[in-house]
Amino acid sequence: MLWLAIFFLVPMVFLGYQSLQSGLFPHFQFTWEFSNFSSALSGYHTQLIRSFVYAGIATLACLVLAYPLAYWIAFRAGPWRNLFLLFIVAPFFVTYLVRTLAWLNILADDGPVVRVLRDIHVLGPDGRLLATTFAVVAGITYNFLPFMALPLYVSLEQIDPRLLEASKDLYASSTQAFLRVTVPLSMPGIVAGTLLTFIPAAGDFINAALLGTPNQAMIGNVIQAKFLDSLDYPTAASLSFILMATILVLLLIYARIVGSEKLTG
Amino acid sequence: MTTAAETLPSRARVSFASRAWRFVARHSLTVYALLVVGYLMLPIVVVILFSFNHPTGRFNYVWHKFTFDNWIHWNAVLGIQGAVEKSLEVATLATLVATALGTGIALAIVRHRFVGRGATNVLVFLPLSTPEIVLGSSLLALFLNDQNTIQLGFWTIFIAHVMFIISFVVVTVKARLIGFDRHLEEAAMDLGANEWTTFQKVTLPLIAPAILAAALLGFALSIDDFVITYLNAGPVQTFPIFVWGIARVAVPPQVNVVASAIFLVAIALGLANVFWQYRAARSSRGGS
Repeated sequence: MLWLAIFFLVPMVFLGYQSLQSGLFPHFQFTWEFSNFSSALSGYHTQLIRSFVYAGIATLACLVLAYPLAYWIAFRAGPWRNLFLLFIVAPFFVTYLVRTLAWLNILADDGPVVRVLRDIHVLGPDGRLLATTFAVVAGITYNFLPFMALPLYVSLEQIDPRLLEASKDLYASSTQAFLRVTVPLSMPGIVAGTLLTFIPAAGDFINAALLGTPNQAMIGNVIQAKFLDSLDYPTAASLSFILMATILVLLLIYARIVGSEKLTG
Repeated sequence: MTTAAETLPSRARVSFASRAWRFVARHSLTVYALLVVGYLMLPIVVVILFSFNHPTGRFNYVWHKFTFDNWIHWNAVLGIQGAVEKSLEVATLATLVATALGTGIALAIVRHRFVGRGATNVLVFLPLSTPEIVLGSSLLALFLNDQNTIQLGFWTIFIAHVMFIISFVVVTVKARLIGFDRHLEEAAMDLGANEWTTFQKVTLPLIAPAILAAALLGFALSIDDFVITYLNAGPVQTFPIFVWGIARVAVPPQVNVVASAIFLVAIALGLANVFWQYRAARSSRGGS
């Protein structure tokens, strides 16, 4: 077994090394061209910031949607738990692109949602949902909701109901019991869930491409277009390096706030 | 059926008003949870529903007429069959290789102390905590570096998939190995089995469920992956790439058919698992 590990450690290390280094190794020529970074940053900081804002909103929305759901499954669903867990992961079984395309159906201009919203005057007569920030963020929220719900469920499920009982015996109201017992104990799930949602959401470009317009373009769209359409590898590589570095910095700040042991545990 | 909440003893001093409030609160939570489940299910229902649609135009966005034609002629769209086959091919190969390697790495990390063990742990975790676009583009950068020997295509997709599946396999199998009772292996050795026989007859059967779960997860991830594949595919089309390409021109209902079919197979496996666990839980309760 050890032999096997070493045998595969080497290519894995090589791969990891390459993936970290790629931003500095433009395909054209290696000249320590750090100006790539500054020009990429000045050219695309709007998309970069937008990515993090969208990912942040989507992560919060996921938390708000998923926490009660996970709580309900963990404490109230009884024998139906596994069935509801299956419901949570069900979206994974539909190809990512196809389930995002389904939102095109749902939010379409002459679709039922838009029609109802127009009738109750939430939207103007020409108001639309597609090609708006709302559609993109909603799409991201939908696609990453399971990543939030599953860790939340796992941590909530481990809470011993007797602890809640004890807090009630000590004259805590249910709100107090929830805030001072349940929420702190589910912190690992909240941390894991927000990370699992935020990180891929920040790099996502499918929702922005399908449900949005260039005005909603995220950093992933830029990287993708630079690599495949304009063949501008150095900029694309430095952008993807910047994305990774920013996420790492955010991670470190986050770790500071919630405590690093919670991040790894 | 008693749930965890109901086993909480209700205190006598709880007034009627707060009891009523709790009743409302409990049910509003249920309603909310079911609404969220509904939100999760909505696009799936739409996908399956529209696989039976007979669209009027090129786009399958508006409901027109019920038909089975799309299911019968699922491969009537040029390129779709090849794309599906390519997806299955990549997924099968990548899953097999990644599961074997990942299990080996998991065993090594849990069982052996070796130089670089911590680094391996981090390395395995890295792909899980990196946006796909970064993974995909770094691999592409690596492949582009050496364009004379490396042609983007089937094998670059394969390498990319193996790489990201391995991490999931390691995490899944590791979790099982950590809760593993090593006395069982010692017992086998005491009974005269050598290391290989012990591994084959004791270790492997015990971690087989985790390996199977990891393989299924890997297969699902591979079939579903778009971002990494798209960047490294070159001219090769897998099913998600096919969808991406065609979505700009027209979305034929056959796309929904294939997606629904994948979904139904997966959900059938999932339901079978739920049912099996339910029965196992019941029979163990009956026995005690």
